This record gives sequence, structure tokens and C-alpha cells, in this order.
Amino acid sequence: MSQTVTPYLEMSQAIMDAGGEALKKCYQCGTCTGTCPWTPITHFNIRKLVRFGQLGLDGIEEFMWGCSTCKFCVERCPRGVEIIDIVTAIRNVYSSGGMLPQSLRAFVGSMSARGNPWSGDQSKRNEWARGKYPLYTPDKEYLFWTCCTVCYDPRNNRLAKAAAEVLNQSGLSWGMPSVDVNCCGESLKKVGDLELFERLKSNNLDYFKSQGVTKIITVSPHCLASFNKDYGEDYDVIHLSELMARLLQEGKISPKKDFGGVKVTYHDPCYLGRHSKVYDAPRDVLKSIPGLDFVEMERNSEESMCCGGGGGGLWMEKMKGERLSDLRIEEALATGASILATACPYCITMFEDSVRTLNVDDQIKVKDVTELLLESLDINIDEPVVDTCSI
Amino acid sequence: MSRIGVFVCHCGLNIAKTVRVSELAEFAATLPDVVVAKDYKFMCSTPGQEMITNDIKQYNLDRVIVTACSPLMHEQTFRKVLAASGLNQYLLTIVNIREQVSWVTHDIEEGTAKAKAVLNGAVYRSRLLAPLTSRVIDVNPDVLVVGAGIAGIQAALELANTGKKVYLVEKNSTIGGHMAQFDKTFPTLDCSACILTPKMDSVLQHKNITMMTSCEVSEVKGYVGNFDITIKQKARYVDHSKCNACLACTEKCPGKGISEWDEGLVKRKSIYIPFPQAVPQKPVIDRESCTFFKKGKCRLCEKVCEQKAIDFEQQDTFTTVKVGAVILSTGYDLMDTRELIQYGYGKYPGVYNALEVERLFNSAGPTGGKVTLRDGKEPQAIAIFHCIGSRDKNNHEHCSRVCCMYSLKFAHLFKEKTSADVYQFYIDMRAAGKGYEEFYNRIIEEDVKFIRGKAARVAQSVDEPGRLIVEAEDTITGKFIRLPVDMVVLSPAIVPRADSKDVARLFNLSTDKQGFFMERHPKLAPLSTMSEGIFIAGVCQSPKDIPDTVAQANGAAAEALTIVVKDKMELEATTAMVNPASCCGCQNCVRVCPYGAPGFNETKRVSEINEALCKGCGLCASVCPSSAIIARHFTNDQVLAEMEGLMEF
Repeated sequence: MSQTVTPYLEMSQAIMDAGGEALKKCYQCGTCTGTCPWTPITHFNIRKLVRFGQLGLDGIEEFMWGCSTCKFCVERCPRGVEIIDIVTAIRNVYSSGGMLPQSLRAFVGSMSARGNPWSGDQSKRNEWARGKYPLYTPDKEYLFWTCCTVCYDPRNNRLAKAAAEVLNQSGLSWGMPSVDVNCCGESLKKVGDLELFERLKSNNLDYFKSQGVTKIITVSPHCLASFNKDYGEDYDVIHLSELMARLLQEGKISPKKDFGGVKVTYHDPCYLGRHSKVYDAPRDVLKSIPGLDFVEMERNSEESMCCGGGGGGLWMEKMKGERLSDLRIEEALATGASILATACPYCITMFEDSVRTLNVDDQIKVKDVTELLLESLDINIDEPVVDTCSI
Repeated sequence: MSRIGVFVCHCGLNIAKTVRVSELAEFAATLPDVVVAKDYKFMCSTPGQEMITNDIKQYNLDRVIVTACSPLMHEQTFRKVLAASGLNQYLLTIVNIREQVSWVTHDIEEGTAKAKAVLNGAVYRSRLLAPLTSRVIDVNPDVLVVGAGIAGIQAALELANTGKKVYLVEKNSTIGGHMAQFDKTFPTLDCSACILTPKMDSVLQHKNITMMTSCEVSEVKGYVGNFDITIKQKARYVDHSKCNACLACTEKCPGKGISEWDEGLVKRKSIYIPFPQAVPQKPVIDRESCTFFKKGKCRLCEKVCEQKAIDFEQQDTFTTVKVGAVILSTGYDLMDTRELIQYGYGKYPGVYNALEVERLFNSAGPTGGKVTLRDGKEPQAIAIFHCIGSRDKNNHEHCSRVCCMYSLKFAHLFKEKTSADVYQFYIDMRAAGKGYEEFYNRIIEEDVKFIRGKAARVAQSVDEPGRLIVEAEDTITGKFIRLPVDMVVLSPAIVPRADSKDVARLFNLSTDKQGFFMERHPKLAPLSTMSEGIFIAGVCQSPKDIPDTVAQANGAAAEALTIVVKDKMELEATTAMVNPASCCGCQNCVRVCPYGAPGFNETKRVSEINEALCKGCGLCASVCPSSAIIARHFTNDQVLAEMEGLMEF
């Protein structure tokens, strides 16, 4: 193949017009690539993506789907380049040209037809609740925003219930949305479908306005980041882990059950940590549980690894050996922990997959911080972790 | 009725591109009292100046308006033209239609209209201008130099060699600065000590230099030509007038402090000289680590001192010196790279910063010049990281300028002193000085590996405990590099001294975005500051290498000399004065003046302005409720007339 190329600046301009303005700031130092968790295990090269974008070169398709928007590169970039905006813009420009990969077509199709990524029936959005939990009405203080993933994915249904139970224990006035809402659209925006994202966003905003919503609790950090950064409205949005930490501090809930020395490590979801700067709250929740032995993995907090589920990664197939979640499970196992706690439905999905495919489901359990807190409140909606560790 | 000449400058196309200059001149000719109006390509050039000189004579002008660039650029130039033609220089008005008009618009219609408006205002004001007489003051012939690194030493020696008396103030207990920490200097690799220590000794010996170590400036009063500087002599607990530098005390001392000179790599005694070639060769006691100061007993140094020079009762003392000019050469710090957790500085013992490595190379350093790690082993592989915290918008946007070159020097010294493989992780190699590219070529020949990619992370090796893994992308191949090394050298951002803001406040200087002292003009007055009579040299102004620092030091010495070489100097006549008959004694002027010029006369109950301190900024006049303060050259009548002229448009 010829090495000869001609820069195609109209394409570069199109990327900048689609929100990738930061393209021009990059001086190609490679800090992003050196920092990117994908670089050591895949051919994805974030610096080259930006370079191809700067010159509008053909061949950009090779790199455009590799990023899981973990934001590690953005945090380290010495030029302050908003790399995720560039990724989103490139995907927008190219996928409007029909270059959406096969695995994402079902995802986008479901978003468009059903307003959620899981091909779920919209009328059954609240079926997980079995009528046990209240719907939001304007007299309530908090809207508990149930992410589509906790509504439709069976594993994450358990998280939805745990969250609802914790909220019931808190004594707060809360309710969940009606089935009229749809996905927050965060992942959709990151795969570049900005037009459909706007449609989903405006539908949700209509609901918020019609119900007079002011305070929102999210169970997924992706919804949190989306409402805070992409919705352009001034809602008081809080992640469930922050709320739980506050409730614990105020003494509104108090863990009772002793975990008897169960070793637990914590994975920072990228959208809770680097995107939303919430590092302490989930740790505070874990540390409040009696007898829970908390250990950190080597990469944690601002330096945490990515599970690979962001930026549409959750819906894309990855070959064995190219899965960040597998590496993260190995890091968790290395701590000797028997529970990997996290605070994001996407991370849970990715890790549950890895735990099964790596055949380590007897060595380590994947739990949301909420689920562990609920168990420590002595409310069992799930198989208790403490028993599984034979204490 | 005055006779005004208006001279409109094109400034090449700088002005002419967005202001129709000939139309402006034609317009000027129609204004009251204007007897001649012309435009010309470069009014500041010799033909331009001659045009003004001739027209003053031919048209018998008594006022001149130059419509050109900022008065900061050429006010002095044109004032001289007036003076040479026998006109009082304060009858000149500069109308700035470059920075304030042509450079801030793309629209020639708007540009021309605005230029006419400001020119109209200037004509109205010019008619009311009055001749003023410059003040003449006595000048103190001495100079203060603050900071005795290579910049301060060089400036002090240059000035002292012209016969001027210099006070050289240094906060450390020795002079020499960072350069005295280095082993070799790039690109010639000459020994730092060999070229610096003779200069340090010259300072000590020079009859015109008063060397003041362990000293800091604590107060600055006065003005150009007549500064009163208060200097704090920090307690050394050793009477240097008695000490004969036998150093018996330093041998006996049981105390251990951290050696600042060796960048904390080793301990030193509590009574110490920082390094064997220190100047002066007389010790000081570090109160923090001294056994006597900590526990109330010991005094071993006192017992061995035959000169009875130890004085635990010594206090800080203050002296005031009078000088005509000041040179600041306060140097730099390295950024604290512990904040950059990805590089593991302070966490992994194998990670060093550049100054620590300078000490490892130095034969007077903690390892006697041998390159060994903290565990005493020789490194087998070494990675040098460029741009750590520099060229980085999250930290310091500026390029630290010397790191590329000292990294090459390090590579050479590593190759010379060890058998290690040496890797440079760089973004761009910058080798722009004389002999620098040649030095770069030489180091390439020495088989140093250059990896074009900013290092992303340092981790501990799992396979080889004790070793480090460097992670980076080689952007040339696009490959992710994981490199096992024993030593990582960081080139941290060069930043202003931690106390540079205080120093700036003390001397009334501005600082730039990075905190370095701001020069009066980046090209034409790089060593002057906005404070008259205060000059800057070396890295306190911005990062630079030794050749540039020495050049600046010589320049600053020459600048200071232009002031102190004369017995008297002329000061601006544009000062404020108080009409005591209308002063109500509210002291607003005293409160707002940034220069401390107005004072309140308690007996007369009125404000009085010290003209020597006044810079003519007019703040006091603008806050004076009874209009008792007259800002010369900007009187109320003059300013109101200008506004009237402006508002006609």
C-alpha cells in the first residue's frame, strides 16, 4: 500500500465543527498513549487517532472505536486537550457516514426504537420493582434515577432493588421515574450519535420539568456525569454512594452486621472518579461496615484502571487478552480480596463477565457498594456475601 | 492661541492598514490652532524627526502632536526632538493610534473614525498644556545586588570593577547559587567550580564589594537614585569577625541536619559550611538541628573554638544602606515533583530530580562524584525524562529552556561514569544556543537512546524487585514501551523562588503569569522593570542558561551604571501637588497612593506630596474631593478638554 497521503483539511474541519475543536492543541507528545490503559494490550492508539484527525487522513477508522472514554489521558495531557470530545466528534463525523461497527448497530437501534440500550420493552421499565417502590411525584424530594441497565439487566436488577431498599431505610422522600423516561444517553453521545442523544435528552428534560424535579439521585455514574455535564441544566444531582456516605455520617443509617474480616477491594468507576471526582464516598461507605477489611489495589483513585465498559465499550465485543476487565480482576485477585466492590452498573456487567470467563467466580464476587451496605443493614434481598465466604 | 503641528505616522502598515492616515492628516489640518498636519511612513526615523524639527522652525510651532504608537515606545524620542528645537518637552502630545486603534480593529472605517476622535481630543488638550521643568535629584553612587548566584556575582564584579561600591546580599550562608552545585556545564563540559570559584573568591577579596551572606532585604524605601534598603542579618550564632575558619567546630559537632546543598541526599553537621569551597569559609549554626538549641545542652563547638566566636545569644540584626540602583538576581526553584504521582518521585528511591543528580556527579557531592543509587549500587539502565511539569498546562506552561541541554550533559556523564544504558524521553529536542546542536550531535554519537515520547508513568518492577519500569509511547514507531531501569531522572519545571511574590511586593515589581519578575519591555528593556532604578538578571526573569544569565548580569550592571555614574539625574516633571488652601485633610490621597508619596502634615492638617516618590499616576487627584490636588500635565482643565474633544464624535 502506498505511504503517500495528502492532508484532507475539510475532514479535519468537520471534526472540529462536531466538537473536536481541541484537535489543534495537540503536540503529539504521546502522554495520552503512554497513559491509556488500552495501549499495552490492543492496537488502539489514541495519539494516532488525534493525529489522523488533525490531518484528516484516511485510515482513522482503524482507531476510532478503541476508546472507552476513561479520561485518564485527558487528566494527564500537558496541552489540556479534551481528547474525549475529539473521539466523540470523530465518531459523529464518521458514523454519520454509515461506519458504525456491527456490534453497535443493535445498541443504537434499540436506543432509537425503545429509548434504552437493552432492547427492553419501555412499558416494562419498572417491572424490577414489582410495585414495591414509589413512583416520583412532585411532592417528593428526590428522584431516584434508575439507569436502564439496572432496570433491564437481570444482574443489575439486584442493584436496583438494593438501592431502593437503602433509600427506604434512609427515611428520605423519594420516588423512581415513570416508564415515560428513557436512557440518559451518555454512552450514545460517546459513540457519536449526537442527534439521537439530543432527542433522548429532551424527552428526559420534558419529564423532569413536568414533574418539577430538582434533586436527582443516580445509581450509575454515567447518568450522573451526563446530567451534570451534557444536560446543560442546573439540577442537584448526586450519586448514590455520596448520598449513602452522607446518610452514614448523619447517623440516619447504621451498619450492624459484622462482616467478620471479609477482604474487600474497590474499583473506581471512571465516570464516578475521574469524570466526577468522587473518590472518598464509596470508600467511606465500605469502611463503615463492621468487620470489613478494606484493601486498595495498586492502581486506585485518580490512577484507577478502566473496566472497558465506557464509550460504548459495554456493547462491543473484545477478544480474550484485549479485555481491560480481565486485567482488573487479576489486579483485584492480587490483593487477596474475596469481594470486588464498585459503584457502577457498567463496571458490574463487565466484571461479572470476566469473573465467569476467567473461571474465578468461586474466588471473587463482584458487588456494588450499595449491595454491601444493604447487607450490613441486615436486609437480605440477595445471597449474602458473608455466608459465601464461610464465616 | 497656540500653534500646533500634527504628525501622523503610518508605522509601515501597522497603522495605515486600518486607519486612512492621509485622511486623518487632512482632518487634523481643519482643527482649531493646527497650523500644519502631515503624515509619513515612519515618523520615528531620522527623516521623520527632521520633518518635525523643520516644521517647528518653519511654522513657529509651540505644540506638537505625534499620532503614532504607545508613548511607552517613543515619547522619549519625540520629546528629544522638541527639546533640540528649543521647545519645552512637555508640550508634546502622543496620540496612540496603534495599540489603541489600528491593532484592535479590522475595520478601516471604524479605525479612521476612532483615530479622528482621539486626535480631536488630543488637540483640545494640547492647547492647554503648560511647559514644565524636570526635577533634578542627587544620586547615590552605590548599588545593591540581591542574590549571589552567578548572575549576582557577575553583576557585582562588573560594577565593582568600575569603581562603584556594591552591596551583595545573599540569603544562604555562602554565595555561588545553583551553579556551585553543578559538576559540569553544557555544552563545553567545563568544570563549573573551575569557572565559578575564582569569581566567588574575587567577590570576597574585592574592596568595593560588601558581601552580606545569611542576609535578606526586609524593607525598601525611597526611589531611583536614593533607595534606603533595610537588610536583615540572620543570626549565624558564629561571630564571623572573630572566626578564623579553622572549622574545628564542624568536626566536633554531633548534630545532624539535612544538607540543603546536597539536595537532601545526605546529612551535614549542625554547625557547618555548605561545601568545601564555600565563600565565606566561616560556619553557621542551623538552629533547627543543633543539639544545644533543641535540648539545652551540648555547646561542643563553643568548647573547641579558640577564637571564642560561637555566640548562642546572637540575634537577627538590621542595617540600612543607601543605594542609587538595585539589581535583583534571585534565581529559581525546581517544581516539587511529588505532586506528579505518576512519576513516583519521593515514593521510589530510584527516582531523582535533576539537582540531586548534579550533586551525584559532583566530586564534592555526597558520593564523591560516583554515580550510585541510594543503595550504593551502580545503575545499569537510566531513563531521563524531559518536560516534567514544564510545557504542561496542568502545571507550568512555559518551557524551562535548559533541560534538553542538561539532560544531554547528564547522558554524557552517565556514559562516562557508569556502564549504564541511557535513554532520553523527550517531546522536542531544543538545542538553540551556540554550540548546542553540535553538543547534541556529540551525545548521539555516544550511543544514547532517544525516545520521542513523554514518559507517562513509573512503576515498580514485578519481575525484578527494586527495579523500575518506565512506561511511554515511542511516538515514532507508535509502540508502547515498557523499559526496566534502575534510575529515573526527572527534569522538573524551573519555577520562581517560593518567596518571589514577597520580593516582588518589596520592590514593587510585577510578575508574569508564571510568577517570574516582569521586565519593562520583552525586547527593548528586558533588564529594566516598571520600577525605575530596579533591574533584573538571570532566572528570576525567566528560565535561561549560564551564558544568557551572565550576559544579562553584565547588561544589568551596565543599566545600573547609567544611573549611578552621574551625580544627579532628571526626573519626570509630571507629578502631583497639593494646594493647601483647598485641602480638606481627608487623606484619601494617602490611602490610594501605591508609592507612598502623599503624607499628612499633622500640624498644618493638610496632605503634602513627596515629589521624589510621586510617579504622576494621578490616582490622588482623582480621589481628591476638594480638587486640591493638581496632577501636573493632567490637570482637570486639560483632561476635561480632551474629553470634550472626544465626545464631539
